[in-house]
Amino acid sequence: MNAAIIDMILNKRMEIDGLWSEEIADYKSTNRAITPYMREQLNNEFLSLLFNHISQGDISADGTLERFFDKVLRANMPLEYLTQGLQSFRRIVLEIITEEDIQKDAAFETYREVDRWMDPILNSVVENSSRLWERTVSIQKSALLELSAPLIPVFQHISVMPLIGTIDTERAKLIMENLLEGVIQYRSQVVLIDITGVPVVDTMVAHHIIQAADAVRLLGSTCILVGIRPEIAQTIVSLGIDLSLFPTKSTLQKGMAKALEITNQQIVNEK
Amino acid sequence: MDIQSCVEVCNEWDIVSARQLGRNMAKELGFGNVDQARITTAISELARNIYLYAGSGKICLEPVEQMGRKGLRIIAVDNGPGIRDIRKVMEDGYTTSGGLGAGLPGVKRLMDEFTIDSTINSGTEILATKWLR
Repeated sequence: MNAAIIDMILNKRMEIDGLWSEEIADYKSTNRAITPYMREQLNNEFLSLLFNHISQGDISADGTLERFFDKVLRANMPLEYLTQGLQSFRRIVLEIITEEDIQKDAAFETYREVDRWMDPILNSVVENSSRLWERTVSIQKSALLELSAPLIPVFQHISVMPLIGTIDTERAKLIMENLLEGVIQYRSQVVLIDITGVPVVDTMVAHHIIQAADAVRLLGSTCILVGIRPEIAQTIVSLGIDLSLFPTKSTLQKGMAKALEITNQQIVNEK
Repeated sequence: MDIQSCVEVCNEWDIVSARQLGRNMAKELGFGNVDQARITTAISELARNIYLYAGSGKICLEPVEQMGRKGLRIIAVDNGPGIRDIRKVMEDGYTTSGGLGAGLPGVKRLMDEFTIDSTINSGTEILATKWLR
């Protein structure tokens, strides 16, 4: 920005400050955790950073403004707070400058200069916020994968794999890997796959379960599918899926009884 | 509630959201547990077909009423490569992707009415309706 405009803006600082604070005060945040005092602090910081930025220049050179955006976004303040703040700042600056008695060309030049100054800042706000979201999504995705498909050894030679939630291709792969690795590691003879928590069993899910059971069979162990709800049983029949290759039971309890029978074990009450 | 709701399908998670929409609408219309499961499974199959074979498309759901009967209609539309031999895909066990080949014939059995319309290189449209008993 050229020096004359910077000077002009800095000279009008008090005026801009007043108008901007008034306007931004109207912005009601839905975030209750932020007290009016904190908001005032935030507004003051925002404004003084903007003025610093005007007098000192480029955003990447200094980065305090970016840090401020980051802080605001991390505190769960909405993105609109920043964009509205910036937009009203631009509007007020332009209004105040053009109130001065200047020529048409000069006014035009000023508009251009201010726009050119503001646009990178707005871009960096948007970029910052989308980066933050992307990070959150990827963290949640990996968190989801972590609780995905554990194989739990229950008794000697008997393990259980409870499945909860939607099974997509990625999870199906993970299920298969965990299952086979676990069968070897725990020397399981019987694995119970519990699908009580799987909301929909369509052909894809069934296909993955059949494949997993088949692979377990190749390792010399038996797979028992348990937790089949009545409505799921009906849809499986309607779809015409053949699950007769391995035993199925309605509940984990019945499956466990069967597993104990297969492994020649018994649970005995001690007198 | 007689407006159509649509879900764009272009990745695996869209299948889940189409399914959830279907379950909610079926519940609102008063379908029982078993029929809800049938409808969501049918949506899941159709949405997965869109995702697997056409890449992208959409699933629309609308409540329908005909001769005093109420029901839910699933409309699956895509602009994919189309289906070359419809009679063959309606056969059990026919698959081009290594799956079970039970998807489309399964949907036909899960729902009460089923029509399929496909043009090579321009896309496929499937209508499937379930009536409330």
